[in-house]
Amino acid sequence: MDKHHSEIEHAHNYGIYILVWLALLILTGLTVTVAGINFGAITIATALVIASVKSYLVLTIFMHLRLEMKAFRVFVIVALCFIIISFSLLFADYSFLVK
Amino acid sequence: MINQEHAAEHVHRDDIGTRMGVWLFLFTELLLFGGLFFLYSVYRFLHQMDFHVAAKELNVFIGTLNTAILLTSSLTMALSITAIQRGSRKLSISLQCITILFGIIFLVNKYFEWMTKIHHGIYPGSEDLVARGSGQILFFGLYYTMTGLHGLHVIIGIVLISIMTRFTVNGVITPENYVKLEAAGLYWHLVDIIWIFLFPLFYLIT
Repeated sequence: MDKHHSEIEHAHNYGIYILVWLALLILTGLTVTVAGINFGAITIATALVIASVKSYLVLTIFMHLRLEMKAFRVFVIVALCFIIISFSLLFADYSFLVK
Repeated sequence: MINQEHAAEHVHRDDIGTRMGVWLFLFTELLLFGGLFFLYSVYRFLHQMDFHVAAKELNVFIGTLNTAILLTSSLTMALSITAIQRGSRKLSISLQCITILFGIIFLVNKYFEWMTKIHHGIYPGSEDLVARGSGQILFFGLYYTMTGLHGLHVIIGIVLISIMTRFTVNGVITPENYVKLEAAGLYWHLVDIIWIFLFPLFYLIT
C-alpha cells in the first residue's frame, strides 16, 4: 500500500502534465497543417491516427489510466474493441451496398 | 463523543470503486457519442462531396482555437488534482477556477460560431439549407447535434467542477480525500477526448 502511494506521489508531478499538454498542442497543429495538404484518401486516416494518439495521451496521463489497477485498462480496451468491431461490421455492410 | 470520533474514522470509503463507477458511466457516454459517430461515418461515406463542400463553411480558426482552449482546460484540471494531493489547497482552487473559465470561453466561442452560421441562414430547416443537397443538410444536422450535445456536456462539466470548487473551499475535498475532484476530472477529460475527434471530423475535411 505504501509503495503504491509513493508511486502515485512520484507519478503525479506537474512536469509530465505540462509535457503532455505541449504534445497535445503540437499534434493539434500537425493535424491542421496536414489537413491543408491534400493526401487524398490518406487524409482522413491521418486525422484519425493523430486524434487517437491525442486520446491515448489524455487517457493514460490526464485520466491516470497508467496508475490505475489493471482492471481499468482491460475495461477500456474491451470497450474500444467493441467500438472497432461495430465500425468494421457497419462498413463491411455499407461498402458492399454502395458498390 | 469518543464513540462518534471513532465512527467518523471508519466511514466507509472506496476510492477505487468510485473511480471505477465513473469509468463505467463514461462507457455509457461512449455509447451515446459512438452512435452519433456511426451515423456520421455512414452519411459521410454516402455523401463525400457534399460533406467536403459543407465543411468548407466552418471556421477552422475558431475550431483550432477551441481545441487549444479545451486541451489547456484539461491540463489545469489535471494540475488541480496534483495540487490538492500535495496539500496546496489554494493552488488547486485557482486551477479549478481557471478550468471553469476556459470552459466558459469555449462556450462563448461556440455561441458566436453558431450565431454566425444562423445569420448566414444555415440552421436545421432553414430555406437556404433545405435548398441544398441532402448531403449538406445531413452534415449541418450532424454538426448542430454533435457539437450541441458536446456543448451540453461542457455545461454539465462546468457545473460539476463549480460544485467541486465549493467542496474544496468548504473542506469536503481535502488532500486526504479528493476522489470527488478526480471523478469530475475524469468527466472533463472525456469531454475533451470527444472534442479531439469532433474537431478533425467536422472542421478539417479536405
